[in-house]
Amino acid sequence: MKQSAIKINGIHKRFGALHALKGIDLTIEQGEFFGLLGPNGAGKSTLINILAGLIKPTSGNASVMGFDVERQYQQARQLLGVVPQELVFDPFFNVREMLRFQAGYFGRGRENDAWVDEILEGLGLTDKAHTNMRRLSGGMKRRALIAQALAHKPPVIVLDEPTAGVDVELRQMLWEFIKKLNREGHTIILTTHYLEEAETLCKRVAMMKQGEIVALDSTENLLKQFAGKNLTVKFANVQLPASLMPMLKSREQNVYTLTLSEIGKIEFVLSELRLANAVIEDVQLNEAALEDVFLSLVGSGTVKAKETVTA
Amino acid sequence: MSLINSMSLISSKWRGTYTLFKKEVLRFWRVAFQTIASPVLTALLYLLIFSHVLADHVKVYDEVAYTAFLIPGLIMMSLLQNAFANSSSSLIQSKVMGNIVFILLTPLTHLQFFMALLGAAMIRGLVVGVAIYLVAIWFVDLPLVHFGWILTFALLGSALLGTFGIIAGIWADKFDQMAAFQNFVIMPLTFLSGVFYSIHSLPAFWQTVSRFNPFFYMIDGFRYGFFGKGDISPWFSLAVVSAFLFALAWGCLKMLKSGYKLRS
Repeated sequence: MKQSAIKINGIHKRFGALHALKGIDLTIEQGEFFGLLGPNGAGKSTLINILAGLIKPTSGNASVMGFDVERQYQQARQLLGVVPQELVFDPFFNVREMLRFQAGYFGRGRENDAWVDEILEGLGLTDKAHTNMRRLSGGMKRRALIAQALAHKPPVIVLDEPTAGVDVELRQMLWEFIKKLNREGHTIILTTHYLEEAETLCKRVAMMKQGEIVALDSTENLLKQFAGKNLTVKFANVQLPASLMPMLKSREQNVYTLTLSEIGKIEFVLSELRLANAVIEDVQLNEAALEDVFLSLVGSGTVKAKETVTA
Repeated sequence: MSLINSMSLISSKWRGTYTLFKKEVLRFWRVAFQTIASPVLTALLYLLIFSHVLADHVKVYDEVAYTAFLIPGLIMMSLLQNAFANSSSSLIQSKVMGNIVFILLTPLTHLQFFMALLGAAMIRGLVVGVAIYLVAIWFVDLPLVHFGWILTFALLGSALLGTFGIIAGIWADKFDQMAAFQNFVIMPLTFLSGVFYSIHSLPAFWQTVSRFNPFFYMIDGFRYGFFGKGDISPWFSLAVVSAFLFALAWGCLKMLKSGYKLRS
């Protein structure tokens, strides 16, 4: 049987009085594109730092490709590439030097240079290969940070908020490259605030809230289970009939968004509007977004966080 | 097959340690004006001023001129200070900047980490020491009686202070704490160790105090290599310095293994 890429069993982490992780169990199979979502303080980064060996769990254990992250940390770290959330860099060296050093720490030498070139090209860093890290713009530094995590060609790649504060062009380029790595067999684990990204990229998603996993399923199932389709209707001459009020998700002046638990409900909505003599000016049917699932599970307090990052 | 596997594991481990060592050496070499040239100039200024002022007034070990006496002390002082500065500043910088995470994410063991940082610290100390020697012998006739002792104490001294630097770098959380460590511990210990004088010229009380200072043994043993004379036997100094080195290295490895202040 194929070894799981990541296996987490009953992980607890306490920082003094704070119970940051409350018994996390999670298995991620090889080749998955997995999303780890949750508001700030949910425990995503703590969990990732435990996998990376930067934080020791209070109890429980975790493994990377079957190697325990504490007892067999050398093998586990060899197979794991982590992109840290903070934009950190070494000011003494240029991009290529840093990538060579990073690969070297993992025991890789000049034979790794072709791979380093591939990373540089894939992340649009070829022109900056000989530029000192200090002289790179914020976006370029972020690319270099991602490149460093990939330098030893790890089969399991963890990206902790890789696109925070990054422009659209880089996000596109980054995702194309990461998708290519995933097609080639690398397991990808992504934490992000951008739910649209998780929805398009991740086949399976775990949602975390206050140190616990509150949902774990394929993105498709979560969407089916927790959120139907959204019907947006515009009319001005009457109020929304009372029978449709339970379906109302949001309203902006005379534009109403209703949640349909199944597509058949559209008939009901339209007939109720006809009965109320509403003059419909516009109708749109939209797929529900992961954001709707997220909101129903994690709570509306996170909407703001999401709006802020997308602004 | 298992032999090939073990060989490739050893070579991969060796490469990891070597890479970190090389990065640490390049780190100070890139700013050699600050890390090499500047301590060499400082030592030469000390030499110029002290020898000019004191040359005619002080005679040490009867026939050794003060200027010649001063040079091994200055070489060792700079060597020790720079070995300390290299490992400590590298660690505190990467901790404050956050880029230490790149090392913590790797499979490097605590022993590999220690060896790489220590190796680079020793190289910096030795390069500074050799540079001061090469410049100083242009001006002063300096004997070289026991090269073996010179090399032994240079290696042990740079290793001891390199280790001390790693401990300080792990312990300190900010530059301010590191500066305090350097100014309140390292500087007094070096200045009160017989760099500028023989402890025999001190009152009895201060002679006894000096004997509790490990820096005194490093400098005295090192100086013995040049003149074949010292305040105490070089074998005794060797024993004291080695004991200190082993104790510090043991403590440092314990700290690194536990992840103290590096992993939470």
